[in-house]
Amino acid sequence: MNITWKIGGEAGFGIMSTGLMFSKIAVRHGYNIFDYVEYPSLIRGGHNVYEVRVSDSPVYAQEKKADFLFALNRETVDLHKNELKDGSIVVIDREKFDVNSADFPDGKVILYDLPLGKLTLSVGADKVMENNVALGATMAIFKMDLAVLITIISEIFAKKGEEVINKNSKAAQAGFDYVTSHPPKNFLLTLPKKKASTQMIIAGNEAVGLGAITAGCKFFVAYPMTPSSSLMHFMAAHGQKNGVVVKHAEDEISVINMAIGASYAGVRSMLGTAGGGFSLMVEGLGLAGITETPLVLMVGQRPGPATGMPTWTSQGDLHFVINASQDEFPRIVLAPGDAEEAFFLTVEAFNLADYYQIPVIILTDKYVGESHFSLKVFNLDNLFLNRGKIVSWEDEDKVEGYLRYKITDDGIPVRAFPGMKKAIFTANSYEHDEYGWSSEEAKDRVGQVERRNKKLETYKKTIPDPKIYGESDADLTLVAWGSTKGPVLQALKDLREENYPKKVNFLHLTHVWPLPVPHLESILSKAKKKLIIEGNSTSQMASLIRQETGITFDHKLLRFDGRPFYPEDIIIKVKEILS
Amino acid sequence: MIDNVNLYQPRSPTWCPGCGDYGIWASLKNAIKIMNWDLDKFVIVYGVGCSGNMTDFIMSHGFHSLHGRALPNAEGIKIANHMLNVVCVVGDGDCYGEGGNHLLHAMRGNSDIKVLVHDNRVYGLTTGQTSPTSPHGYKSKSTPLGVIEYPVNPLSLAITQGASFVAQGFAGDITHLITLVTAVLKHRGFAILNVLQPCVTFNKVNTYTFYRERIYKLDDKHDLRDREKALSIVSDPGHKIPLGIIYQVERPTYQDQEIVLQQGPLVKQIIKNPSEHADLLAEFSEVEKESYHMAG
Repeated sequence: MNITWKIGGEAGFGIMSTGLMFSKIAVRHGYNIFDYVEYPSLIRGGHNVYEVRVSDSPVYAQEKKADFLFALNRETVDLHKNELKDGSIVVIDREKFDVNSADFPDGKVILYDLPLGKLTLSVGADKVMENNVALGATMAIFKMDLAVLITIISEIFAKKGEEVINKNSKAAQAGFDYVTSHPPKNFLLTLPKKKASTQMIIAGNEAVGLGAITAGCKFFVAYPMTPSSSLMHFMAAHGQKNGVVVKHAEDEISVINMAIGASYAGVRSMLGTAGGGFSLMVEGLGLAGITETPLVLMVGQRPGPATGMPTWTSQGDLHFVINASQDEFPRIVLAPGDAEEAFFLTVEAFNLADYYQIPVIILTDKYVGESHFSLKVFNLDNLFLNRGKIVSWEDEDKVEGYLRYKITDDGIPVRAFPGMKKAIFTANSYEHDEYGWSSEEAKDRVGQVERRNKKLETYKKTIPDPKIYGESDADLTLVAWGSTKGPVLQALKDLREENYPKKVNFLHLTHVWPLPVPHLESILSKAKKKLIIEGNSTSQMASLIRQETGITFDHKLLRFDGRPFYPEDIIIKVKEILS
Repeated sequence: MIDNVNLYQPRSPTWCPGCGDYGIWASLKNAIKIMNWDLDKFVIVYGVGCSGNMTDFIMSHGFHSLHGRALPNAEGIKIANHMLNVVCVVGDGDCYGEGGNHLLHAMRGNSDIKVLVHDNRVYGLTTGQTSPTSPHGYKSKSTPLGVIEYPVNPLSLAITQGASFVAQGFAGDITHLITLVTAVLKHRGFAILNVLQPCVTFNKVNTYTFYRERIYKLDDKHDLRDREKALSIVSDPGHKIPLGIIYQVERPTYQDQEIVLQQGPLVKQIIKNPSEHADLLAEFSEVEKESYHMAG
């Protein structure tokens, strides 16, 4: 069972919140969801579309064609009329605009006229409550349990009081009742309540924020930039209750330098930005590198360069974040494939940053950051915090002969913090000696560079193996990193369900720098055929794998138009290669 | 107990003989001694330039930042540990040029940091190019025909942008400078001290003699809280140069107003075990209420 529900219209109707409410409704009926939103870089007037894919089995990505389209304006019909399955239903309000079956040359659709405006007025609800009429109507169309929506309304408006809750509930009831008494003809899909929900709904950026708070982040600083702003909003909304100072700084240069200052002073610090903001932070990244100040950065990718396409997705910043800054210093880059990985990798990022005293970048994008996933509630029991080698505040007066940048076997020195009675040192942006005094001596320079580099050698021994999905002896091995995970998993699932006779497996990379070379080599050197799938125009991961292992890819599927991969396109490519 | 010897490391300063930086260095060490600060009470954040090279001539908790970025580093430190006194040692190109935006916004928030600007009206460390405070028409390697822009007025900028302490000193009068630096260190809130500092190697215009002919000290009758008076003093058309505390008011600092810091310094606040964050997860839970409660 697989249904895609879609709503489109002008920004300003509340499409985002309506879509998320439908995701909640579906999950509370016992289903799995994945939702995906497209919107332009405008506040009002642009076209917004929100789609929710619903299934009784796990669902990993959006699909091209919908079963249900709520078209709030004519433009929605024009833009999406070719993205409908046979027998799908299109809901419109004929008082606002009219369409007829000739508008849908591609297939048979059921047109349903819902007097949205009139129904809203008839129950004395405000125009802003039209979305609840729409949701109520949707639920009747799919024969769902309206009580679920009423509960959600009462949760959302709990602080606004009974009157607001009642008005919104009445609006939902009006939509539901209208459809019940005017049922659509020949529409057969239903979403009856299956079982009690055991899941959570969370977007990638929210999962990063949750991970940061769970990891004991005490200072979060950012400057607004899509697609990272929703992380800042999450942290700002949750900071006070969880003891996190959240700062909206004057620019990205200040963002990274404030984060470095706070981390140097001893608290776990994080920043959020997009590729463009990260461009401004590159100088500061080097400062974290040479002063060995732990730092966690979430960099959300979008098409660029410069302003690019602000509200669309991309995987074009891989080489950039790995190589940003003049000269050389160690860093780690992690790329979550879904909200669950975003959560656990963020906790890991804080531990790695502290342990190795380096910057750790969580490389996300608009697709994973703003899409919602239905997932089992995260299990926090096995998480731990590791702050690495530090002088504890209890021992601040017991340290003798402290050297902040002491040469050690694993490359990792002991950290201390300003304000400590002993363990005095200088954190120095200049090259320095073991204390931190500026030094241009060749011996200090070579010793410090080699020691800093050694940290990454130490880390490389601990990188977890990449996950392999599917059978081991496959005719074709798909390779992807970060957010492309979902579409590939969905493609594999769809291939299985259609009993595709050839064997296909999938290697997904989350630890993208440094790469888990030995495991990658052992898998890829044995693969019969290999297809790399990534969201950039020059196959950056393929180059990186070739650089690190010498292994090349014969087949590539690249996308850089701002849209995510669709499982359907991956399936076509797989069949083409294996035909 | 700290003294000048504790603060001094065996390296000799690399500044040119006669450089105004010596006077500022001596004044800062003396002021720290007067404040009776032990090494666990303060941290100095240095910008990059001749001024920032002071990093290597003072032994204390120190952070040698990037050119222009000392202020945001200092603000981060102050947020993480507001019990620490955070002092910035920066230059005119550093703080008014490369880091100008940071200065503007740190003042706006009255962040509780203390900023000592070495203002030599020239880029010394890069061999003498014009700086944001160089006089109009100043000829240098980067402006052989004379600089077109007029200089930044850091003092009027500070008074109008929210600094709660604005002062000016002269590196050639160490006794007076010590009292000013001490007043800076005592102030709660954003404090800026612009120190006129001759660059004996590159700036042949703004010399010790140049300043001595123009400076005057504000007297005891000067009302520190009078904003209009302060502004008129720093925009003197007669080109007289005021020394002393020009403007000082008490207002809540950024850190005073950050509600999370009311629980104590961030760096000493408790870090919960990850498993204690189940309440946060509940916000995202769509688990049916009864079964969720049963699961605990």
